[in-house]
Amino acid sequence: MLRRLQDVNVLDLVLWVFRAVIIVIVVWGTIATLIENPYPAQTWTETIVAGIAQGSLYALIAIGYTLVYGVLFMINFAHGEFFMSGIMTATIFLAQPMSETGFLDNYPVLSLLLITIVTMTVSVAIALLTERVAYRPLRKAPRLVPLITAIGASFFWQYFFRGLYGSEVKPFPQLASLAGKVSLGGIVILKTHIVVIVAAILMLIGLYGFVMRTKTGKSIRAVAENKDVAALMGIDVDRAVSITFAVGASMAGIAGVLYAIVFRQVHFFMGFIPGIKAFTAAVLGGIGSIPGAALGGLFLGMFESVGPGLFLEGLGIPAPHQLKDVIAFTMLVLVLIFRPQGILGERLAEEKA
Amino acid sequence: MFKKQTIVIQDIIKLGLLAGLISLSMSVIGFIALLGERELIQNVISMGHVFLLAPPIALAYISAEKVLSQSKVKATLFGLLLGIITALPLVILVILASSFDIRQFLVNVSPELIELLTFGQGIFLGSVILLLVSGVAGLLAAGLRTLPDDFREPIITGLAWVFLFGLFSEILLGRLRSIFGRGLTKLIFSGKALNPLFTVFLFIVVAALRYWSKRRRLQAEERGESISPERQQRYQRIRIVLGVVTLLLMPLILGTYLSEVMNNVGLYILMGLGLNIVVGFAGLLDLGYVAFFAIGAYIMGILTSEGQLGLGFTFWTALPFTVIGSTLFGIILGIPVLRMRGDYLAIVTLGFGEIIRILALSDMLKPFIGGAQGVLQIPKPSIFGFDLVKPEYLYYIILIGVLLAWFISWRLRDSRLGRQWMAMREDEDVAEAMGINLVNTKLLAFATGAAFSGLSGGIFASKLTSIFPHSFNLIVSINVLSLIIVGGIGSLPGVVVGALILVGLPELLREFAEHRMLMYGALLIVMMLARPEGFWPSETIKRELHAHEELEMGSD
Repeated sequence: MLRRLQDVNVLDLVLWVFRAVIIVIVVWGTIATLIENPYPAQTWTETIVAGIAQGSLYALIAIGYTLVYGVLFMINFAHGEFFMSGIMTATIFLAQPMSETGFLDNYPVLSLLLITIVTMTVSVAIALLTERVAYRPLRKAPRLVPLITAIGASFFWQYFFRGLYGSEVKPFPQLASLAGKVSLGGIVILKTHIVVIVAAILMLIGLYGFVMRTKTGKSIRAVAENKDVAALMGIDVDRAVSITFAVGASMAGIAGVLYAIVFRQVHFFMGFIPGIKAFTAAVLGGIGSIPGAALGGLFLGMFESVGPGLFLEGLGIPAPHQLKDVIAFTMLVLVLIFRPQGILGERLAEEKA
Repeated sequence: MFKKQTIVIQDIIKLGLLAGLISLSMSVIGFIALLGERELIQNVISMGHVFLLAPPIALAYISAEKVLSQSKVKATLFGLLLGIITALPLVILVILASSFDIRQFLVNVSPELIELLTFGQGIFLGSVILLLVSGVAGLLAAGLRTLPDDFREPIITGLAWVFLFGLFSEILLGRLRSIFGRGLTKLIFSGKALNPLFTVFLFIVVAALRYWSKRRRLQAEERGESISPERQQRYQRIRIVLGVVTLLLMPLILGTYLSEVMNNVGLYILMGLGLNIVVGFAGLLDLGYVAFFAIGAYIMGILTSEGQLGLGFTFWTALPFTVIGSTLFGIILGIPVLRMRGDYLAIVTLGFGEIIRILALSDMLKPFIGGAQGVLQIPKPSIFGFDLVKPEYLYYIILIGVLLAWFISWRLRDSRLGRQWMAMREDEDVAEAMGINLVNTKLLAFATGAAFSGLSGGIFASKLTSIFPHSFNLIVSINVLSLIIVGGIGSLPGVVVGALILVGLPELLREFAEHRMLMYGALLIVMMLARPEGFWPSETIKRELHAHEELEMGSD
């Protein structure tokens, strides 16, 4: 018994206390909320559906982090800007003029298709440019160096697009066919949420098929496994990395369109916080794993949406929804301390953490 | 692209298009038009034109170097071609803007920009002039490169001085006027722009001085003269005394506005010195560094505020609590991240920074720290009942803080702890195997960094007399990180250089302040690509780079 006690590290002890405190707060808050029961059942279901929709967006963005991290072992800090750049451009050049001319309401499907194509094209172009200029020359450099250029690229693109389109919030027109709610099996859901969830599921399945079934996908996985050996096997590593960035950015582009449909506004700063959250989601699910990113996104969206009402309301904290980002970041810290490999991750060794 | 030894015409076309795209980007984001409002030389050239033509000039100059060996005429003509190609995207922009209302999409393509691009001469004539001017700029740049060194260097120095004089004209104007009166300034400046006559005079004087001093140095070298060690030592001592005197008299020379700028620079130097310990010495990339600045500011604010929230301390009694409090927070926030490395550490610390800001903003802590309304009525520091209200007085408090932090950093760097930090930076596993206690070493780095940042925050709160959560966003962390990278990671003078460039310059050049973050981003990328060791690299890194030379000297 005494031997065991000596083996326990002070640091471990502190971390365990930290974990215990968080668990106590969460459990206590939940019980208190449930006893108080401040919201009707309808509010809870709405919150949960909103959480799933938000989580689907995070999942789509998180794919980009996971793929790039899997291939290059770097956090692509500028990924949130890929998400922002496409939809900003499509809103300014397509959605707003189309809404003024009435084209958007007459041909909603065609318009959405056009918007999606433009968004994806711009996001992919920005991603490829960033990769070529800021990341590729530094692939052999110490790991701090590409991370710093990624931070630089992130701010560069944010303020570049601010200069291009102006700093004010841009409205994204509402599609008449997507306004309002529908009742699904007794649960009333916003139509836009259904679109987001369905689109995200389809995209994720398609992506999984692409990475697992196609030859290109195989080359990406080979490069992720070992760049040098992949090069020896005749795989063009630069091309595989570019494709990885392009795939991640196109997912981010679609997430951008869905974001605009739900929130009906775009802004040059809109990519930053969702980017960090999506990274959290990727880590939560296990970085490097595509199903992990999906699951992590879903978890994070749910926690963020339900968490403030469920955990904090009962503790008597005023305006708990202000603290939803605190919940997200606390989750990130907890995951990284106690399960750095994430929910589904298995091969995250020390060297990568 | 530049690594190839020879350059063919296709490369020139590519380079020209690259320069054109850079110029076009600067135009459409509004940078050029903003700078166009400032004339550099009266009725001759505006800052906008200088920056518009900077990409073709730079690329023509660089490319001429490669063609030089083939033929000088060819090099010069390539410059002309490059310049003309650069102007093509801009001409397309001008035509687009004249044919339909492009401004509803790109807010910054203003009539002023088009007028600047066409030199106010209408679409057709203006486009031709633009092509010609850009071509001539490329031609001159390439031609300059073909000149022998004896003439090239004085010309470049002269141009650089003219550019700097024009760039800082506003600030020079103000200071010269208050010191020498109006007469002198009228000779140099007309309005805010340089007087053409004075420009020519300045150029000739500087170029001639440069030419002459180089000749003299060469002659001295031929005669084999060198400076003796004793004299060198004396020079060193004189330099130190001069430096101290300048630092002490700075506010008198600079006046109120510039002192205020220096104070901001000083606060950033203080933060930079702290982050330099965390990132530069210990290699822990901390993106939430603003958290400690915020904590320092809030502790100082709450302890001294004369408002409802305040506890009635004075600046001097609150200062120790500020430093101790932020140090404690440094340790508390350091413990959870002890096991993380590199990227993960960066993103978690970023999360901490955001958590602190959101908590400060939230209603939960509003009764204690004021929420979005912040903490108001913080008194300025006072000595013996004398309030240090003016920036000139606050300067000395910040100077003392900076010197103290500098001294601590400098002593720590070569201490046992400093060497432990650097060992940890190079390789954590090896460092641990060598018997370094990683937990203590990391926590000490976080604590020291947090202490400096907290001190800076405390002075900041007292300087501004009110603090709001919005002052402590992520951009502050990014600024501090940028400045230590630009100056040189791990280098103490580098922090000062970085702070002067990144914090001081934008304050002086208001046109740049608007696009400050864009330039930080670009600067971070360019620095990492071109000069990762920074403008003033640390001794260790320099020594590593020149290790083989020292070995040779040692064997003599």
